[in-house]
Amino acid sequence: MSKITEAFKGKKAFIPFITGGDPDIDTTEKLIIAMAQAGADLIEIGIPFSDPVAEGTVIQEANQRALEAGCTTDVLFDMVQRVRLKTDVPLLFMTYLNPVYTYGKENFLSRCAECGIDGIIVPDMPFEEKDELDTLCMNYKIDLISMLAPTSEERIALIAKEATGFIYCVSSLGVTGVRSNISAEIGHTIDKVRKITDIPCAIGFGISTPQQAKSLAELSDGIIVGSAIVKLIAKYGRDCVEPVIEYVESMKNAIEHFK
Amino acid sequence: MKKGRFGNYGGQYIPETLMKAVQEIEEAYEFFKNDPDFINELDSLLKNYAGRPSLLYYAEKMTRNLGGAKIYLKREDLNHTGSHKINNVLGQVLLARRMGKTRVIAETGAGQHGVATATVAALLDMECEIFMGREDTERQALNVFRMELLGAKVHPVTSGTMTLKDAVNETMREWSSRMKDTFYVLGSVMGPHPFPTIVRDFQKIIGKEIKEQILFAEGKLPDVVIACVGGGSNAMGAFYEFINDSSVKLIGCEAAGLGINTSKNAATIANGTVGVFHGMKSYFCQDLYGQISPVYSISAGLDYPGIGPEHAQLYDTGRAQYVPVTDDEAVNAFEYLSRTEGIIPAIESAHAVAHAMKLAPLLKDQIIVVNLSGRGDKDVASIARYKGVSVYE
Repeated sequence: MSKITEAFKGKKAFIPFITGGDPDIDTTEKLIIAMAQAGADLIEIGIPFSDPVAEGTVIQEANQRALEAGCTTDVLFDMVQRVRLKTDVPLLFMTYLNPVYTYGKENFLSRCAECGIDGIIVPDMPFEEKDELDTLCMNYKIDLISMLAPTSEERIALIAKEATGFIYCVSSLGVTGVRSNISAEIGHTIDKVRKITDIPCAIGFGISTPQQAKSLAELSDGIIVGSAIVKLIAKYGRDCVEPVIEYVESMKNAIEHFK
Repeated sequence: MKKGRFGNYGGQYIPETLMKAVQEIEEAYEFFKNDPDFINELDSLLKNYAGRPSLLYYAEKMTRNLGGAKIYLKREDLNHTGSHKINNVLGQVLLARRMGKTRVIAETGAGQHGVATATVAALLDMECEIFMGREDTERQALNVFRMELLGAKVHPVTSGTMTLKDAVNETMREWSSRMKDTFYVLGSVMGPHPFPTIVRDFQKIIGKEIKEQILFAEGKLPDVVIACVGGGSNAMGAFYEFINDSSVKLIGCEAAGLGINTSKNAATIANGTVGVFHGMKSYFCQDLYGQISPVYSISAGLDYPGIGPEHAQLYDTGRAQYVPVTDDEAVNAFEYLSRTEGIIPAIESAHAVAHAMKLAPLLKDQIIVVNLSGRGDKDVASIARYKGVSVYE
């Protein structure tokens, strides 16, 4: 069992997302360590991209801030290497395919393995294109995380069968961003997955309140929260660690009583 | 071989959420492209509404003046809405209607594709929303009003560089939030499969007509076909019919802006490298870390950091050649054609005219066909500004 799958064992996982290098690389480093201490079970780090097509405004702006602050793929690798001396929380990169492709696919994955990245999520690489990376991921023991969306329907079985680490279940149509209403329909998707495999399913997109986290954790194995945290980072800048930790603890508490 | 590939290029690099929508389009297109009813309906609109076939005009004065090759202009500028964009839009919106969709969305750069989409949406009673970079809404203000006049809603896009690539981003985001009743009418031979194929198929009528018309006029094939290339739909349309005619040189003209050695250009083949963006693998202007470069051209329609995947393949195999043309050369050609032939070309198409002007004196007794993809009425104000003349639109 991979370190990522293991992180879901006996608990509902809380998975925060932050954009790497927003507002600067030192703050990202502090945030990762502090969030791990505050109970984050896995942490997702976005590699900033000029054109993040799957993101809403909040994360788009974080990408822009990070790039303007000079964040690059190499800067992130170095940071992960430093973080690894202080925590062994499973770490994932969320990246569009182009930064991986231009870095050199093999270079990228070997650097991931070297620095201690456990998995990658590539939102613009659907099942049909995953042979770009799946063999390399296997060779370097990096989990390639598959995504399911409300539109996946007859694709669910196809995708679930080959999934590794966990399955990222997208709660709603559209791009990332806080939503006041999240349909419970994603529960049906997860039911279908469970008939095929026992790989953990985490729900992301739109989740911001402890109440939402609680009710969606009931349907799944974990909760992913991005925009709500990135908003705090946008608001507090370099002083964001404390408010983010407070928030992570409240979300972790909300889902913790499920065992 | 995987679906939707042109050699190494193309593919379907899009979020899972959109996969169902593109697969539905692929399925519908595979069916309707052979459906006699659909074909008749499209043919009839192309003829009676868009005004096809478009003329192949012998530019006699230009030929004489340049003193070399015989120059013909394929007059896509004479189509309804003033450019080749209508060919593709009629096809896609008819397809959308057959699929039961009631709303179309589209990106636009110069506004040509947006105007064509708004026009056909009005004709076929579809709801229509257009995404256009804010910078482009400013340099093409008349086209914004034109789209609104046609009943479309225009969203100025303020993310990123606020030009065509950002308009594509925003249209994709909008589509991923609403697919059930909505069809994304992509404007060029780009994006995820099946769009590069669908758009090329709806545009290949340009090359088909050129072939018939030149055979009728000259009794032989042209030696050179020239077209401007942003995403590359008018070029793909003009080239496709000639790909197997190895004697015909195919030349795409990229926007070199202030020059390919400056930071201000959009010359994807000259300066780009292979990457994955906007749903496709192709050449893109990007940095070493895969960040898409902000590009520049005087022409909003060519101001795009990528090129369609089939062009990438034509370039790699050497079947087509791609040359950079600067702002200055394009503006010069814009004025030249206006004065010489009394035809004001779109500033996009003027890039192709500029290359023909360079080439013609060297090719005595040969035939050059220039695809005049659009008319230049939309550009008059911005060319005036470029020349430091202030005019009221």
